[in-house]
Amino acid sequence: MTLTPEADESELLAAFEATIERHDRIEPRDWMPEAYRKTVIRQVAQHAHSEIIGMQPEGNWITRAPSLRRKAILLAKVQDEAGHGLYLYSACETLGVSRLELTEMLISGGQKYSSIFNYPTLSYADVGTIGWLVDGAAICNQVPLCRTSYGPYGRSMIRICKEESFHQRQGYELLATMMRGTDEQREMVQESVNRFWWPALMMFGPPDDDSPNTAQSMAWGIKRNTNDDLRQRMVDMTVPQAEALGVTLPDPDLRWNEERQSYDFGSPDWDEFKDVIKGNGPCNRQRIAHRRRAHEDGAWVREAATAFAARAEGASA
Amino acid sequence: MTEQIQGEWPLYEVFVRGKRGLNHVHVGSLHAADDEMAVRHARDVYTRRNEGVSIWVVRSDAITASSPDEKDPLFAPSGDKVYRHPTFYDIPSNVPHM
Repeated sequence: MTLTPEADESELLAAFEATIERHDRIEPRDWMPEAYRKTVIRQVAQHAHSEIIGMQPEGNWITRAPSLRRKAILLAKVQDEAGHGLYLYSACETLGVSRLELTEMLISGGQKYSSIFNYPTLSYADVGTIGWLVDGAAICNQVPLCRTSYGPYGRSMIRICKEESFHQRQGYELLATMMRGTDEQREMVQESVNRFWWPALMMFGPPDDDSPNTAQSMAWGIKRNTNDDLRQRMVDMTVPQAEALGVTLPDPDLRWNEERQSYDFGSPDWDEFKDVIKGNGPCNRQRIAHRRRAHEDGAWVREAATAFAARAEGASA
Repeated sequence: MTEQIQGEWPLYEVFVRGKRGLNHVHVGSLHAADDEMAVRHARDVYTRRNEGVSIWVVRSDAITASSPDEKDPLFAPSGDKVYRHPTFYDIPSNVPHM
C-alpha cells in the first residue's frame, strides 16, 4: 500500500542520511540502503548468537554450583542470556530476516558469535570471572549501543544493559567471597583471571587499524566508539576493581600513564584471536554441536505445539 | 505486517502495562504456537523483573500500520491546523489562570 508515487532513490538516501545526521533513529519500515540493512543484520545477529551460545559456558556449572543461593543466581543469569538473545533476534527480524534463517546461520557457521564463548569454563571461579570480566566488557560495549541508529537494536540494548549490571555484580561478589576463603580458593580465582583477561580484551574486536567495518559502521551511527577506545575504557575501569579484589592482571606492561590519565597495557595475541574466529578455539565445535542438538531435539516440541494450536483453532472455528 | 515463514511459529507483538495508571507499551516481539503460549513466553521474556502488571499479545500479521512513506499525505491534516494548539491564541498577560 503506497499513497505516494515512489520517490527516487537519491531522495530516499538523502532523507536517510538526514535522519542519521540528526542522531534520530531509523525504524523498521523506513527506507534504508541495502548495505546498512546488511550491516545491522550482521551485527545484531552476531550479538544475538553470542547471547545464546553464551549460555553454555556458565550453564556448565549450574548442577555443580556450591549452594542453593549460587545455583538460583546462576540459573537466573543464564535465563537472562536467553532473554537477551530473544530481544536481539526479535530486533533482527524487523529487518526482514526470519528466526529460522538466523538459527540456520548460527548452526551452519554462516554467522559468527563472540570469540570469548569458545573458551572453556574449567573451574567454578570461571563463573565469577565471566560475570566480572566478560559481562564487564559487554557492558562497556553495550552502553554506547543504547544510542545506536537502528531503533529496535537500541531499545533491545537498553533492556539488556539494565540486566547486565546484576550479571557483573554477582560475578564480582562470587570472586570476592572466594578471595576471603582459603589459599586454594584464592589461587583458583587468580588462575581463572589469568585465563580470561586476554580473551576478555579481545571481545572488543581487532585493533582499529585492522577493523575494516568500523569506519562505515560509525558513519551510520551503528557503532558509537572504536574497538580500541572501548578496550581502553575497559582496562581503566577494571584495574581498580582488580586491586580491590586482590588479584593480579596478567600483563607485565600494565601501568598508569600520568600524561594520558589512562593505563598503558600490552597487546592481546591477535593471532590467537583470528584462529578462534576461524573456528579453531578450544570449544568452537562443541558449542555449535550443542546448539544444533538442542535445535534438532526440540523439533518435535515445536511441531506438537503447532499441531495443538491448529487443532484448537479448528475446534473453535 | 509480516508473512508467516513456513515451519516457524507465528510472530507476536508484545505490549506491557508497566504499572496501574499507565498505557500498555510495545516492548518487542516473540514467536509462539498460539495466543496462550504467547502470553506465557511474553511473561518469561519481557517481565522477569516486575516490569509489568498486564500483558497484551497480538499476532504481528494482524497489525495494520501506516507507512513512513505516507508521512506527508497521512499526517498533513494535523500539520496545517495551528489553531488546534493553545499557543495559537494571544491572551493578555494580565488575565490569570489561563
